[in-house]
Amino acid sequence: MLQNIVNALVLGSSYVMIAVGLTLVYGILKILHIAHAGIYAFGALFAVYLYELGFPFILAILLSLVVSSFLGVFVYRGFYKHVLNRGRIVPLVMSVGLFAAMEDLYRLVWGPYKRPFDVYLNLPDIMTPSLYLSSRGVLMLIVTVIVVFVLYLLLMKTKLGKSLRACSNDLHLAGAFGVNTDRTIAYGFLIGSCLAALGGILVGLYDNTVYPTMGSVPSYKAFVVVVLGGFGSIRGAVIASYILALVETFVVYKLGYLLPRDAIAFLTMIVLLMFKPEGLFGKVQR
Amino acid sequence: MSLDYFLTVSVFTMINMILALSLNVLIGYAGQVSLGHAAFFGIGAYASAVLTVKFGMNYWLALLLSVLISGLVGLLLGLPALRVKEDFLVLATIGINFVVVSIFNYVKFFGGPYGILGLPRPSLFNHAFSTREYAIYVLVWTVLVILFVRYLSKTFVKLGFDSLREDEDAAESIGVSSPRYKMYAFTIAGLLAGLAGNLWAHYMTVVFPDNFVFPVSIGILTMVVVGGVGTLFGPLVGAVIVTALPEILRFARDYRMLIYGLIIVFTMFFMPKGIVGSIKERIYGAALSEERIEKIRRVAGG
Repeated sequence: MLQNIVNALVLGSSYVMIAVGLTLVYGILKILHIAHAGIYAFGALFAVYLYELGFPFILAILLSLVVSSFLGVFVYRGFYKHVLNRGRIVPLVMSVGLFAAMEDLYRLVWGPYKRPFDVYLNLPDIMTPSLYLSSRGVLMLIVTVIVVFVLYLLLMKTKLGKSLRACSNDLHLAGAFGVNTDRTIAYGFLIGSCLAALGGILVGLYDNTVYPTMGSVPSYKAFVVVVLGGFGSIRGAVIASYILALVETFVVYKLGYLLPRDAIAFLTMIVLLMFKPEGLFGKVQR
Repeated sequence: MSLDYFLTVSVFTMINMILALSLNVLIGYAGQVSLGHAAFFGIGAYASAVLTVKFGMNYWLALLLSVLISGLVGLLLGLPALRVKEDFLVLATIGINFVVVSIFNYVKFFGGPYGILGLPRPSLFNHAFSTREYAIYVLVWTVLVILFVRYLSKTFVKLGFDSLREDEDAAESIGVSSPRYKMYAFTIAGLLAGLAGNLWAHYMTVVFPDNFVFPVSIGILTMVVVGGVGTLFGPLVGAVIVTALPEILRFARDYRMLIYGLIIVFTMFFMPKGIVGSIKERIYGAALSEERIEKIRRVAGG
């Protein structure tokens, strides 16, 4: 029981990272940024690549985060920005194409196989008769708490946070009131992509594997969280991450042989959408 | 190039044409973006596989039933679409694709990851179709589907789809029942994709869950988008390009998804209306569509 809850917390934390960044992007631009999961995978793969090249662990991660963040900004500045006024389907389809190309590119550059994240963490595992939590799980929980706290401060206490919230509320109105919307969106992508890459690295660490298609399932599963959280609500996304993880863990625990956990996540989303189309914490739009 | 090889590529191209036309009814005509079209394709294929292999049913009866089943499932899957729209719908269809493939993969009845083997080739008067006859058979269906979609685009159904696509709320406000047209769109798309699934399954004589995963849906989407969303010939051109390209670029087989992805991205960048759509725009000018949108706005009073 306790073990299941702890497992769900770790799983939920892994959703938080990618879903919060996605919520940030979706909240402002209202486009389904599927390629977000491409950045998630890039973060993990690039960190492992740098580490294997001989960079120190911390430096490899920091470098990967920086590069991933700018990759996210590049995706916005290079692609989405030019098609925003062409209807909703164009950026969506472009994003799907980008993600497909990214995954294949990683496979070509780093090979198709799974590789371990072979690093020794100088942290103790938690081991009691009723509970086992690896040090990597502890790391994931701690980092998530810190990230959520920092993000909260950023959004609520800084000028950038104010701009981000204004743009998320109404992009054109924010622009009319003198917010530099283009730069704010770029910052949104910067922060979101950084979080996605961090999520990829932490999951890579926790599972001790990284591989080119590791973003496939998160690419749409993160959207399950964004939908559950009510499209654009950061708090909703965080809460929804943990709810989804709990539902998945307990359904798998009770009738695990029936369907894989990802299918359960989607079924949860579809059923919820039928009854509450605006998401768990969403406001009715329009 | 041997004849059999040519025939096989032709059969795949024609099946993809049916699939692309089917998805275009949803996206291009009714404006309902689905990223899980491979699910319908898979349901048609699996339904026919189960009926012929597990129940020993005659091919022609199985054809009828499998197409009806996928149409019915299309209708059922259309039901969530009545409540959700736009981005929510996209996500729901991705989810549906995932759930359907998981069911194929995990339920013993459907053969699990090993799929179902030994589907019969259709036969007429105790004569089983040869590869060449099968290609002609698929050709007949493709022509029928093209004629059907062409006919559809001239009926009142298309008008309902048009108003649904341009502005759902405005359509509702002038008395167009959007749920009804959404159900039409999903049912028609389900029927056509089910037919494609049936044709594909009985050509391959095997079905695996892997044949109907999310990347396959992206492939179908590529055909529609590259060819031209909302046009009749666009999906046909798209199907030829997407099916034939990997054959022409045999040496580049390892880069298939990369090439697909880049084609999608750059088509969206430079030709957001696709190849056929852009050519049409060159000839007729963009004024036509602008004028029509303006007209709908006036009618809706918005």
